[in-house]
Amino acid sequence: MVRYIVTRFCVLSVSLLVASGIIFTMLEVVPGDPASFMLGINAEADTLAAMRRELGLDQPMLQRYLSWLGGMLTGDFGISYTYRVPVSELVMARIWISLPLAIFALILSTLIAVPAGLIAASRRGRVSDWTVMGTTQLGIAIPNFWFAMILVSIFAIKLRWFSAGGFPGWDQGFWICMQALLLPAIALALPQASILARVMRSSLLETLSQDYIRTARAKGLSQRRTVWAHAFRNALIPVLTIIGLQFSFLIAGAIIIENVFFLPGLGRLIFQGITQRDLIVVESVVMLLVFAVICVNFLVDIAYALVDPRLRRP
Amino acid sequence: MAKHDKSGLGKSASGFKSPTSLWIGGALTSIFVVAALVSFLWTPYSVEALNIGAKLQAPSGTHLFGTDHFGRDIFSMIMVGARVSIAVAIVAVGIGILVGVPLGLLAASRQNSFIDDLVMRSNDLVFAFPSLLIAILITAIFGTSALNAIIAIGIFNIPVFARVTRGSALPIWTLDFILAARVAGKSGLRISLEHILPNILNILIVQGTIQFSLGILAEAGLSYVGLGAQPPTPSWGRMLADSQTMISFAPHLAIFPGVAIIATVLGLNLMGDGLRDLLDPKLRRVR
Repeated sequence: MVRYIVTRFCVLSVSLLVASGIIFTMLEVVPGDPASFMLGINAEADTLAAMRRELGLDQPMLQRYLSWLGGMLTGDFGISYTYRVPVSELVMARIWISLPLAIFALILSTLIAVPAGLIAASRRGRVSDWTVMGTTQLGIAIPNFWFAMILVSIFAIKLRWFSAGGFPGWDQGFWICMQALLLPAIALALPQASILARVMRSSLLETLSQDYIRTARAKGLSQRRTVWAHAFRNALIPVLTIIGLQFSFLIAGAIIIENVFFLPGLGRLIFQGITQRDLIVVESVVMLLVFAVICVNFLVDIAYALVDPRLRRP
Repeated sequence: MAKHDKSGLGKSASGFKSPTSLWIGGALTSIFVVAALVSFLWTPYSVEALNIGAKLQAPSGTHLFGTDHFGRDIFSMIMVGARVSIAVAIVAVGIGILVGVPLGLLAASRQNSFIDDLVMRSNDLVFAFPSLLIAILITAIFGTSALNAIIAIGIFNIPVFARVTRGSALPIWTLDFILAARVAGKSGLRISLEHILPNILNILIVQGTIQFSLGILAEAGLSYVGLGAQPPTPSWGRMLADSQTMISFAPHLAIFPGVAIIATVLGLNLMGDGLRDLLDPKLRRVR
């Protein structure tokens, strides 16, 4: 087990290193110099040079990469070119919108998908199965940002139950904030819930076709009891993996959904960074999100190995 | 695979029986392919001519899907938008197949070798990136255009095809007729091309259909945030972005492009399910 964890950890570190290299190089080739962008086109040459020195842009590429990487490891993400504040401050202010949104959506999607998949599998071929499968087929096809727009037009504009966008801030109280996050979370959760419900259904169907389930039925256990006592927990294993993997989809989806609802989260920050050529913000936030995704996948791998000893072979 | 088949998973994964889902999916997909092709020759109205006098009209006999805030005909814009969506998705899937399938075949032909490890680990790496995030990054860096959207979406199709190819090629490598081919002195490359590829073509076609639908969704997402096809070229995602501020008094602006995206993706997914059932003899035997 220890060997497995060590191996996975090495893979994790290499992945992060390669990812950081790719992100850094990609932003290196961007046309446009941040110093001249900050100072405007009329800046004097020596002012520009001074600014470039101040931002560290005059150093060789490798050195800038290493100092960026070293800074990331110690929580120093550099100074934003446009806001003139540490990137870590910008990130900290926004992560408390993006992270709760992703988690909220993950919970919603699981709460919808697991029972739906359970019902579909245990009533295979009947009306409820068809309903679940038809709905999920549709759910996969709906773009989440379109669904978000429809939700806004119904629940915010017509019925006025929710605000159409923006975020009040956590100091306004937990429930008010959760209300602001509810529609975005539903929009994010829908496609994920559809996929998850399908995984849940097939996984449960596969478990139910195993010999030990037949044994359980043969010894007189009811179908319901068999599903609950024997099949459900085993069927959950692949579902957990998918939930882990969906985290990355939720993060990417959140970037677009935040734009629909004007939520000042990390996604908005990336877009502002892109339009203002604030490269250090873009590369740091993207790296942070990639880091989060790779770490979650690592944790899922470990959790998987804890549950299923067969996977502990490195 | 055998364990997988026992449950008949693939059989009714769509919730519909295979011929039905194939027909419905095929029909839906054809509608948009035909609309895209026809749009090259004819659209009811020009999509570039502005007619402010006829702006924001509700659907009617003259404008089937109504008009937008510039008086452009939504029906015509959806036809041209289909062209963009389908073109982006086709090329993106093409990139995935052209690069991913050879990589997968190579990895499978030298299982557990350094090459195999390298291919699979780099696949893991690409998988770990939130794809849309990197697509946003690519289009932001290299400029917002349909071409960059294609590349961005295409890159993420490479590991998908590499993985599927390797996964389905490996069991075939263990079969007797491959052994016979090896005894006959055929090289790994020739075996891959002459024997492995034809045998996994079905699976690749099904995967291609699924990636195609994901490509359409991704393109819609990118052009919604302004990183896809640029105006005046109409695209479904951009139409939705434009409609957002007018949704309360002109809901048709949001509904029709949205339905177009949903119908295309749904059609492709149903077609994929239907094709899988039809092409995979293992699943057919179960039924």
